[in-house]
This record gives sequence, structure tokens and C-alpha cells, in this order.
Amino acid sequence: MTKVAVQFTLNDEEQNEFVDSGSTLLAVLRGKLGLYSTKAGCHQGSCGACTVIIDGEPRLSCLTLAQRCTGRMITTIEGLTRDGALHPLQQAFMEGFAAQCGFCTPGMILAAKSLLDRNQSPSRDDVIDAISGNICRCTGYEPIIAAVLAAAEQMRAEMKKSA
Amino acid sequence: MAKKRGRGMAAVNYPTGMNLGGDPSQALVHATTTGSFIVTLSSVDLGQGLKTVMAQICAETLGVPTENVIIDTADTDTGPHCMGTFASRGTHRIGNAIIMAAKEAKSVMLEVAAEELEVDSGDLQTDGAGNIHVKGSPQKSISVFNTALAAHFKHGKTISGRGIFLQPRSYPEPETGKMTPATCYAHACTVAEVEVDTETGEVRVLSLKSAYEVGRALNPRMVEQQIIGGAWMGLSHALYETTEPYYPDRSHGPVDFNQYLMPGPGDLPEFENVVIERPAADGPYGAKGVGEMTANSPIPAIANAIFDAVGVRVDSLPITPEKVLRGIQALNARAPY
Amino acid sequence: MEYRKDYFTDARREDLTEVGVTRRRSDVLGHVTGKTQYYADRNFAGLLHLKMVRSPHHHARIKSIDTSKALKVPGVLRVLTAKDVPQNIYTILCLIQVEPNDEPVLAFDKVRYRGEQVAAVLADSEVAARAGAGRVKVVYEELPAVFDVEEALKPGAPLVNEYHGRNYFTYEGHHCRRVRFGNVDEGLAAADHVIEEMYQSSPIEHAPTETTGCIVVPDQNDRYTCYSNTQALYFTLAVGGGFGGKVDVITEPIAFLSAMLTKRPVKYEYTREEEMQVSSPRAAERIYIKDGLSRDGRILARKVRLYVDAGAYSRHSPYGTTKAAAHMPGPYTIPHVSVDCHCVYTNRTPSSAMRGFGVTIGDFALEVQMDKLARLIGMDPMEFRILNAYRDGDMKAHHKQVEGAALIECVKAASDLAHWPLAERCKAMSSEKREA
Repeated sequence: MTKVAVQFTLNDEEQNEFVDSGSTLLAVLRGKLGLYSTKAGCHQGSCGACTVIIDGEPRLSCLTLAQRCTGRMITTIEGLTRDGALHPLQQAFMEGFAAQCGFCTPGMILAAKSLLDRNQSPSRDDVIDAISGNICRCTGYEPIIAAVLAAAEQMRAEMKKSA
Repeated sequence: MAKKRGRGMAAVNYPTGMNLGGDPSQALVHATTTGSFIVTLSSVDLGQGLKTVMAQICAETLGVPTENVIIDTADTDTGPHCMGTFASRGTHRIGNAIIMAAKEAKSVMLEVAAEELEVDSGDLQTDGAGNIHVKGSPQKSISVFNTALAAHFKHGKTISGRGIFLQPRSYPEPETGKMTPATCYAHACTVAEVEVDTETGEVRVLSLKSAYEVGRALNPRMVEQQIIGGAWMGLSHALYETTEPYYPDRSHGPVDFNQYLMPGPGDLPEFENVVIERPAADGPYGAKGVGEMTANSPIPAIANAIFDAVGVRVDSLPITPEKVLRGIQALNARAPY
Repeated sequence: MEYRKDYFTDARREDLTEVGVTRRRSDVLGHVTGKTQYYADRNFAGLLHLKMVRSPHHHARIKSIDTSKALKVPGVLRVLTAKDVPQNIYTILCLIQVEPNDEPVLAFDKVRYRGEQVAAVLADSEVAARAGAGRVKVVYEELPAVFDVEEALKPGAPLVNEYHGRNYFTYEGHHCRRVRFGNVDEGLAAADHVIEEMYQSSPIEHAPTETTGCIVVPDQNDRYTCYSNTQALYFTLAVGGGFGGKVDVITEPIAFLSAMLTKRPVKYEYTREEEMQVSSPRAAERIYIKDGLSRDGRILARKVRLYVDAGAYSRHSPYGTTKAAAHMPGPYTIPHVSVDCHCVYTNRTPSSAMRGFGVTIGDFALEVQMDKLARLIGMDPMEFRILNAYRDGDMKAHHKQVEGAALIECVKAASDLAHWPLAERCKAMSSEKREA
């Protein structure tokens, strides 16, 4: 199989890899870079479990060709935890009982993070829009929506404090 | 053409544990040198949170904080037998096995503490915060940490216990069906409020309000997780889901999440729940299994609410807009106005 | 979530400190940081991928299987068919005493549903395994198929599963699981109203976000480790949602055999399409309920005929059918009850356990029926439930005395929650005793 060179920034670190031509970003993250936090739920872009953030936008890594990622900034859930400190979204998901089996959780949190990076005061409908591509079979979504709104509030409070 | 509202209710019960019993589960508990407790199981946490609740049960029985208990699951080489996580049996069967194992471990722990304190072990109690003391005189005390150290390095004793729970198998009488399917039942009642679009047949569930009797809510927020997640699944079953939309015809089966329909975060009703506790005589601290049943009462409650709204009975699941609309058209054909 | 501590107040222990209080889930830190390990989150050197060749027919005789072209696909190591399986029978269910064993690991004489496992292709990569699976040539002779439970029970219907010799599971000499209590015909004769209704459901998929699968790894000394997301180890990590669908242990046997034959780690993971159409769904059920009702709102008799569509093989359906029979006639005290629950074989994907197994669809039928009965006599549906609710000491249809009932209290609490007005006489009723 033809190999192609890809070069991207993953959670603030430069990555240079030779990957099989046509392999997905999901396959590279899991198979080559050992980042198993990115989950494979359908391989067809319909469940959202493989969501990562590419240049600020939530993207389905199972439908993204790795070779198209050259020069891009990619964030997985590992990129949210800085020096052991959890992101407010992670904290809110924990405290709000917004995860059960946990399989959709990384993708869900990344979809939400991409929203909160763009919009610091999202409405309930904004949150619903942002997570609508991510399927959760356990929670009934309600605690997830509440956790995202709680995280947004927490982040606004932190910003006010530091301002 | 209009949007019409209606309200319906349903009441249900649900058996705890494998039907007819005969489903053993075991637990082994042992203390580390520093007074943490490991519970060894071959049980599986599906995501409902089995491990958390099992740690709480073990901690309650031992009289130590939940943080001091570690649950080790799911390896058939190291863990004793468990029938599996299904039939709302986990909390009940495995919880009871852990209580039995933890009681045995606790009695050894108190014996060691008694020798260290030079008192009778029957006079001792745990304080739930990691200490053991003489009843009525909390100053005569030894920590669980020091007790475990002493057990290992001074007394040569293992603070450990074995537990098993088996509800004996019931064999139904073939003629009459006389049997003991389960020993305890949880209960629920749901009121659903819906809005039906008489032009499209679409149903929107506005609220699901439920009362649950769960024996004992061992971890209330986790009970709530099951109730809300289950109510969503019930709504989904009622209005959307099937792998064979033209059953018994096998055609047009969905193969992905674009074809297999489920309500998204934008389709949620308002959820409101209350919990009642009538402890089960044989439940661990009275608990019954509540995870499975939470999808059950919302389904008929929604069906009944649709009838209340538009006078259409759809007696087959899922209640699709097509079925509702055909029902409305049939009503109009019968009574034109 | 509110507590109603005014019910059963004396029964609750108040001295508990670790249970009855919310504790953070012990697994949630792993979930939110993506560190929770699921079975597929492991990499093994030399991992082989298994892709299944499946039946395109609902019912067909297998005439021949040609694997030669598949073996020529680069990366394909081996193709397993029925003749490679030493004991070609799925025996898991003997633990719950569902017998006879009626399902092969790989089909050999015929296929009984669309999607049945016929040949397992083992390859270095998923791509090669998939390509190989596309080149296994199976010649079938199509047979007539049956899809409707009542059609399947008619004389002359195509025989689905030869292990049973007929299209239903036999319960100790009976063609269905029976419950008999009182005399249902007398009860119906004495009723002011008799209504019979039919309810139907279609198969429902568990749809866990993580599909079913496992990895089997050969260890030293001829032992094997199976990393699986099954719900039932003894029938095998974290599981990405189960809901009953992962209780069958269906991917493990062939993955084990593959690892034993190749001495390499083998991964067998359902695709989303396989999860949707091949993994066991919740069974479709057809339920007839015939009730005799008195003018004042008492259910005098209930006759239930229930058909579980087991699909082509038993899996857990005979168990679930008995559970359905035990659940009837619902949480109500009815003096005359007759229940016949049939576990029927058809040429569709075998159904099995799902959340609320044997009960969920029955509850749909029962509670819609209850609504119809209440409206028939013009009674408030909550009042109607409370009036007929079982209470401590009552006898259930399966001849077991009621203990720990709490249906009445749930209905009362729901009426408060939803501001649903309730008749005064209901407010005084209790599950613990009957009023004089």
C-alpha cells in the first residue's frame, strides 16, 4: 500500500507520520498514535463517538482522511487535561452524572468544547445543536445538556474572576 | 388541522433477578496491608455503575468509607463465579454476596482489633471513618489501617471473607405454571403528556412524570440516571425504534443510525421523578433492581396519551406518524364534520 | 429527584452512612478523560481480523462452499467453515437450562436466517478480511421461509429449526408456557363486559454505541485470554452499553477457535450494520388479551395468548417467554387467569434478551388494555389501577403470595406529581392491607 507523509499538530505536539494512503484520521489516532480515547462506534459518520476538534471545528475522524490533516491543529480529549487539571466540561460531566458507559463521552465533550470555544453563553438550544451529531444510548441526553450549560457558567465565572 | 394535547398513564412492576432463580454470584473480600479492601468479582459493569454501588455496599457492611474499597471485576481467572449482569440481578445478587463476604472479613478485622486493644471483639464497632473503637468509649480506638498492619505482620491473619448468593432455582409446574419467578419487585407509575400534530401524525412528548418504588436507592443520583435514561429509551421505543419497519416483512431494515431512528437531544420531554422506598426483605440494604424497568411504563403511558389527544388507538409498536395519521383519517371518515 | 418518605416510613433504616447517599461514580474520571479501556482499546502484535461471510437468504440449503478465491487475497490467512469447528454447536444456554442446543457456530447443512454465520475469514488487516469475505463462494438452494409467528404454527409451515422438530419450543410436554389460576371461562361468563384486543411489536435493537466484539489472545501454556464486552463472563473490561444485547456471547466461540487454530490474536468486531441486523434484537411479540370486567370496575378474568418471535434459534427466548408468562396478568389481583406464552421459531435474526426482557412489550399491551377498560366503564384510569392493584397477601396467578407491594403508592405519588386528581377513596388505599 502506498504510504503518504502527514504532519499535524496534535494536542499542541507536532506529529510526523507515514500512513497508508486513504487511512482515516481515526485509524491513525488509534492504530498508529495509540490514542484510544477516540472511539469507533460506526465507521460511517452516524454516531459521533469519534469526534475530534480540527482547527476549532468538531469533525468526525472516521470520515476524515489522515492525509487531509496536514498543517492542521487537532485536539482529542487528551488535549483537554492540562497539568492534571480537568477542563470545566470534564468536571461538569463528572459532577452532573452525565456519563454512564462512557463510550460516547470523549466525543460528546469535544463537540461541546468546540461550541464553548465559539460561544461562551450558549442557550439550551445551542447546546442541543452542538451535540446533535453525537449519539448517547444511556443517559437520555438531559444530564449532558445540563452539564454543558453548567460548564459554560463555570467558565464565565472563571473568566470574570481572572479579568 | 391542529396540535392536540393529551395525557395518559401506566403503572407497572418488575421482578428483580434472573427469572426462576438458580443464578449464583460470588464475591471475595480481602484487606490490603494498609487497610484498603479489595472486592474480587467476575461481574461486569455495563456502564450502569455496578462497581460504584458494590463499593458502597461493601463499605457500609465493613463500616469503612467507600473510598477505601476497590472493586476488581471481570476476569474469570482471578474472580469467582458470577452469572452475569442482566435481569436486574447485579445489585441484588452481587450485593448480597458482598454483604456476606464483608461480614466475614469484618469479624476477623474486629478480632484483630480486639487483641490490639485488649478488649472483647463483641464490644467493638466501626465509626465509618476508618476507625474501630469500643462501643460507648470512642477514645479507646484503633484505626483500620493499623488493624490491617497488625493482622498481616503481627498476628499472621488474613482479613478476608467469602460470599455467595443463590436464589434456589424454581421449576414451574407444567400444568398450572405455579412457580417462584422472583422474590421482590420494583414498581413504577408514569404520566405522559403529548402533543399530536393532526396534519402530520407526529407526536411530541411534552413530559414524563414518574414515581418509582425501588426498595432502597443505594446511590440516588445513579437511580436517577437509570430513570431518565430509561424514560428516554421508553419514548424511543414507543415512537421510533425497530429493525423491521414492515414486520413481519423483512425488507427495509435499517443498517445505521441514520435509518434506525431514536430521539435526539432536541426531542426530549420534561422529566420529573419521585422515589419511594419499601425495602425488600432479601435485598442488599433493601434494594431492588431498577435499571431495566425504567423504559417500561413510559411506552403505554405515551400510547394512552395519544389516544387522549386525538382518539386514535395504535396497538402496535412503534407508534409512527403514519399509523397515527391513518388512525386520524379513519376517525374522520367515520364521523365527518 | 424527590423522595416521598411519607410512604413506608417505618420500613426504612435511617442509620446507613455509605448506602442511600450519592457518591461520585468510581469510573467517571476515566470516562471524561478518555482513559476508560474498552475491549478494542488494545493493540496486539500480529492481530488478525475476522470477517464473517453471512447468509444472503432467509432459509436455504448450503450446497457448497468454495474458499479458494478468498485464500488468494493478499493478507488472508485462513477461512474457517463448519468442517473446521470440532464441536459445532452453541452450548452457552445449558447454564440457564435452555435445551436442546439448537444453533451451530458456523452453518453447515442450511441457513435459517438472513445474516447467519457461514464462513469466517481471517486476515492481517480489516481490508483484506473484508475483501476475502467477498470472495468466498457459497452455493445455496433457497427454501420456503416463514416470518409470521401464527403462520409458523400452522400445519404445513416450513420447518425452521430441525433441533426442535417443530416451530415452537416445548415446555415440559406443552407447546407453550402455561399459567392457570381460577377458572377463566367462568370469570368471563360472569363479566358485564368482555373485550379482546391484539397488540403487536416489531423487533428492537439495543443499539449500544460500542458494537459487540472481542479479541482472543493466545497466552503461553496453551491458555487464551479473551477481551470481550459481554455482559456475562461465565456464560468473559468496561462495556460501552449493553442493554441485554451483549448477553449472548456470540462472537467469542468462533474468535476462540480462530486464535487456537492460528496461534495468533484474533479480533471479531461487529460492524454497525451487523449490530443493527445480525445481533439479536428484542423479540417482536404478538399479544392477545381477553378481559372480563364488572360494571363497578373489577377485572374478573384475564386470558392472555402471547407469541414471542424467537427467530431461527432459541438464544434466550425460551427463558424470556417463561418470564413473560410469570409477569401476567400484570400487577393486578384477578381471580381467574389463563396465560399461554408461545416461543415460536421463524426465519429471522434470533432475538434474545433486552432491557425489560419478557416484560416491556407485555407491559405495553397490559397498560393500554387497562386504559381501554377504564374508559369502557367511564372510570378514571388511576382509580381503575388502584382498585385492581395487587396488595400484600394476595395470590398471584403463578400461585405465589404477594409481598412488598407498592403499586398503589406509586400511582398515588404520580398523581401528586402530575396534579392528576384522584378519587378520595383511592387516597385511603394502601398496598399493605385491604380496607374492610
